[in-house]
Amino acid sequence: MNVNVPPGSIPNTAQPMEWPEGALTRIPFWIYQSPEITALEQQRLFEGPVWNFLCLEAEVSKPGDYRVTFVGSMPVIVARDFDEEIYAFENRCAHRGALIALDQGGHARDFTCVYHAWNYDMKGNLKAVAFEDGVGGKGGMDKTFCRSDHGPRKLRVANFCGLIFGSLSDDVPPIEEYLGDEIAGKIKRVLHKPVTVTGRFTQMLPNNWKLYFENVKDTYHASLLHTFFTTFRINRLSQRGGMAVSPNGGSHVSFSFIDKANKENDYAAMGIRSDKEDFALKDPSLLDNADEFGDGCHMQILTVFPNFVLQQIQNALAVRQVLPKGQMQTALNWTTFGFVDDTPEMKKRRLRQNNLAGPAGYVSMEDGAVGGFVQRGVAAAGGERAVVEMGGSGTATQNTRATEASVRGFWKCYRAHVGI
Amino acid sequence: MAAITLERILALQAAYIRCIDNNELEAWPDFFLNQCLYVVTSAENHKAGFEGGIIYADTKGMLIDRIAALREANIYEKQSYRHILGLPHVTNNGGGSAESETPFMVVRVMHDGQSDIFATGVYLDSYRVEGGDLKFAKRLAVCDSSRIDTLMALPL
Repeated sequence: MNVNVPPGSIPNTAQPMEWPEGALTRIPFWIYQSPEITALEQQRLFEGPVWNFLCLEAEVSKPGDYRVTFVGSMPVIVARDFDEEIYAFENRCAHRGALIALDQGGHARDFTCVYHAWNYDMKGNLKAVAFEDGVGGKGGMDKTFCRSDHGPRKLRVANFCGLIFGSLSDDVPPIEEYLGDEIAGKIKRVLHKPVTVTGRFTQMLPNNWKLYFENVKDTYHASLLHTFFTTFRINRLSQRGGMAVSPNGGSHVSFSFIDKANKENDYAAMGIRSDKEDFALKDPSLLDNADEFGDGCHMQILTVFPNFVLQQIQNALAVRQVLPKGQMQTALNWTTFGFVDDTPEMKKRRLRQNNLAGPAGYVSMEDGAVGGFVQRGVAAAGGERAVVEMGGSGTATQNTRATEASVRGFWKCYRAHVGI
Repeated sequence: MAAITLERILALQAAYIRCIDNNELEAWPDFFLNQCLYVVTSAENHKAGFEGGIIYADTKGMLIDRIAALREANIYEKQSYRHILGLPHVTNNGGGSAESETPFMVVRVMHDGQSDIFATGVYLDSYRVEGGDLKFAKRLAVCDSSRIDTLMALPL
């Protein structure tokens, strides 16, 4: 049978790697689907001139402590050496490429690959090769073999307020410059004293990593998708708040202040789902917020390009690390924390308020699923595109959260890095 | 006071999972004392002494609120659980209270029929009799894995 398809009758075929007209206000859906894009991102973005969040300094507080993490798909060891400094290197033996560390972290004097017992120090230097001189005068490495010529790739490490970032690039700006004054200041606002970890969980998201990172930057959705917030007047777009985007577009911070006097009822006027005024908590002490930073800001969500989130939702504090796991899956690593000098009351308050965020969070559980809704929704729409025009077409800081400026900022930064 | 019979412990365990799996969540908080502790955590966190949980409630009111939020506020795809329990190993019993460890497996069944093992782990329980009824004073759902697929809506 001969089927003739008239030219132009199949409008939805994907336009591979070609960004649509409309610059930052249009996002082609193939960007979330293509294995080629995933490979490009690893090479140009995660291993490029960016600072990847690796772990908290508090997780490698003593010499010999180490954590295993990732830069994109690259396995990485973060270790504190006995010179007290923190180092990061690829978790890959220089010999045959096996993982050097097989667990999530712990304490070590050095690292030995299990395959052929090649040994590394805490800086990632190759220190010993088993049977290097052979056995009984036979075998062994050639005399020209030089251990210092071989080793896993080493990362540059930056410690900003106890956040450990790593980069494979020699060209990435210093961390403070990379963050910009506004983002750096808002990190310092929260991480102003030593922290202590209270929990670690991984949420596996059924979507491309970018859908989650956009979601965190998307101030427009927060009070519409997350009805727990609006129900208790924790977060309304009509509240006093705003957002700022870093100069490169890739990082952002959004914040809001409690304004109990504000009786505006924009949601009811629009008949939006997220308005349930009669819903009351049986135990409202969950929302018993302490103004611990002394500025009345009860919520601050901050991202650092390409994979970091700092969360302050009332007194629930957490960092989130976004890791791609292929183009259709994302690991979201949550680390909840408090401060070393927290009173028992504050400690308890944080444990209770942690219910607001995380995989079962009252105000965040939807974010675990909504990226999957998009991923499934666009399954056959590689040639179509998203419309991101709320708040105009720019990426500048705005004193409203009814905007998608920080989402556009992400794409501006992303496209500059990936080169598409 | 007399020890709590294993029969009563078994009956409570069976009623608890039946309540969740039958979507009778409004009755779920009644399995707990007013002052209680319900935490969903992982073996790694539990071993490390981290007190934070995926879900953390230290009053029955918070359990009631959890269900109210699931019913009224939170958005998630229609789903149900099937709990399969192992046998409780009673570690302490006497003086009107008891403690036990009970392994669990939870299959999550989505509206489109997709069924996956969502969680396995052990319930670390403390019981007390109040007003003639056996209730949980403490229930730690310690998951074997720290990895949660997509989200955790329904309690374990």
